[in-house]
Amino acid sequence: MQQNKFTGKRANQAIFFSLFRLMSYLVVGILFCIIGFIVIRGIGVINWEFLTSAPKDGMTKGGIFPAIIGTFYLVIGSMLVAFPIGVMSGIYMNEYATNKHIVRVIRVMTNNLGGIPSIVFGLFGMSLFVNKLHFGDSLLAGSFTLGLLALPLIIRVTEEALKAIPDTYRQGSLALGATKLTTIRRVILPAAFPNVMTGLILSIGRVSGETAPILFTAAAYFLPHLPTSVFDQVMALPYHLYVIATSGTDLEATRPMAYGTAIVLIAIVLIMNLLANIVRRRFSK
Amino acid sequence: MFNKKRNRFGETLVEWTLRLSGGTTTLVIVLISIFLFTEGWGLFKSSTVEKGYVLCVNRSNKIQNLTPKQVKEIFDGNITSWKQVGGDDIPIEPLRMDDIASQYTEEEIGANFEHLPQKLSEAIAAKPGALAFFPEQFININFQGRVLPAETITLKEYFGGKEWFPTATPAAQFGVLPLILGTLWVSIAAILIALPFGLAVAIYLAEIANNRVRKILKPLIELLAGIPSVVYGFFGLIVIVPLIRSIFHLPVGETALAGAIVLAIMALPTIITVAEDAMRTTPLAMKESSLALGATHWQTIYRVVIPYASSGIMAAIVLGIGRAIGETMAVLMVTGNAAVIPHTLTEPVRTIPATIAAELGESAMGSVQYQALFMLGAILFVLTLGISIWAEIIRKEPKVQ
Repeated sequence: MQQNKFTGKRANQAIFFSLFRLMSYLVVGILFCIIGFIVIRGIGVINWEFLTSAPKDGMTKGGIFPAIIGTFYLVIGSMLVAFPIGVMSGIYMNEYATNKHIVRVIRVMTNNLGGIPSIVFGLFGMSLFVNKLHFGDSLLAGSFTLGLLALPLIIRVTEEALKAIPDTYRQGSLALGATKLTTIRRVILPAAFPNVMTGLILSIGRVSGETAPILFTAAAYFLPHLPTSVFDQVMALPYHLYVIATSGTDLEATRPMAYGTAIVLIAIVLIMNLLANIVRRRFSK
Repeated sequence: MFNKKRNRFGETLVEWTLRLSGGTTTLVIVLISIFLFTEGWGLFKSSTVEKGYVLCVNRSNKIQNLTPKQVKEIFDGNITSWKQVGGDDIPIEPLRMDDIASQYTEEEIGANFEHLPQKLSEAIAAKPGALAFFPEQFININFQGRVLPAETITLKEYFGGKEWFPTATPAAQFGVLPLILGTLWVSIAAILIALPFGLAVAIYLAEIANNRVRKILKPLIELLAGIPSVVYGFFGLIVIVPLIRSIFHLPVGETALAGAIVLAIMALPTIITVAEDAMRTTPLAMKESSLALGATHWQTIYRVVIPYASSGIMAAIVLGIGRAIGETMAVLMVTGNAAVIPHTLTEPVRTIPATIAAELGESAMGSVQYQALFMLGAILFVLTLGISIWAEIIRKEPKVQ
């Protein structure tokens, strides 16, 4: 009897465990399905011309070059905003702030900012940067909006990177007579560099795929020329995909272009993830 | 000596710069709330009747004012007597510009509409039940009708209104109930779909999988979180939407269900990561005692690990809902965007973020619609902020034994 009960429990466990294993593989399977489906349908579109020429004939022919360049500019712009502020904020929280309550408030606020939907950033960017500061629909306004969106991620990563550095580093440097600032510049920051870079790369992946924040601050449906100043509108990959996937006179004709754009977007995320892993592994040795 | 002084000055400067950047996130949150509310609050101060237009009645009419809702019902033909809105028992005769213009010949009105104000005034005076809607500029000094005061929308009408027609004339309707319900339907359905999978994967990763499998699965799931929402929306549009249409034999596949499935996929990584982290915090001693008492690994998981991690699991669910509520692009692409109160999952719905994304581009800056959309943004902001704080509190709660 006792033996039976035990095997019953074992059988129960085996059933549940295989169910969980199955469901886990299913979830990863979904990921492969999504990526695989888009890649198989769209890989034929990807060629040199697609990547280096402008859209033609109402987005049915040509390429996505202006959108790639636009996204590139937006990423650079937003990182110029978010990276310095984010890293400095992380340094402040981990190295300078002595008041526990202040640190806690900042941390909660940073988490909350990270939880705010991207469309709300879009609204805020529109009312502050586009209208109030008169940037207009522009690369500048889009960069600031996306920069604020990326800020929490960079702060969090910097803080974690700094936390991982043993206190002995700090004490050693201070004992040698270095000031706090010198310690941070010469000892702490170099040691934290790889992890901070990982955060930067990951936020580039995130920012390059965001659509909602740039809808009303930077993105243009179609531009015949590349942006020449920070006050120009830009085309951007995610917005371009949204537009050609949902609105257009001939949806069927723009489908291949949409698949191609989706592949480029997925590729950016994959490459950024890979790069982040390489950086992390390379320097952690 | 001088050098040292300069150094100290530099240190102080750096410290202050750092301190300022530390406050950035707090400042941004404060600024977001100020901007959304100041832009949105005007909604409750401005008339919902189209700008530059007025509503007029006959002087004998007792009606003092009409709510935006009543105005719409009258011009839609659903309210036909003044009695229904508190006046005398006279049938309502709605008069639009076109009606008046078509009643008279071109000569009577004049080539440049110079006689139109006169004719308008006569038409209203002649009809005791008239309700006229026309541009303000056509009112002259000897106007024989009475202009109704411009009605503003009330908080109650905004939050309790069942109709969202931001561009309807004569009076736009801003009832956010269908949008709020649409958002909740889609998000909650998404979590119900995602939850069993999310928990199963979290348990598998935290307790069952060996290190090698975990090292492969974990980055893949994190990758799932990194894919842009437009790509999910695009995938939903070309795969899930047609699938739903053919399975349920629907005229359109863009439904709440399509949105829920796409959102479920998108919320999975959040749920998995947070729940797994929570399960990993279970002290080894607790698990070992359970195993030592003869419990199987599975019994230990659902009797010890899951109860111990329950607050973390709750936080995972709450954060998943938060993510789903705020998601814009994917939902905009697959839910059909019909601003009606949903009854089943196989109907098109419209969520708050999708409404903002779809309409803000077309609304003029400072218009009533623009203000209404900022107010929606404010609702969304408060909702998601509340959810993050809630998740924070749940996570911090002392663990129950």
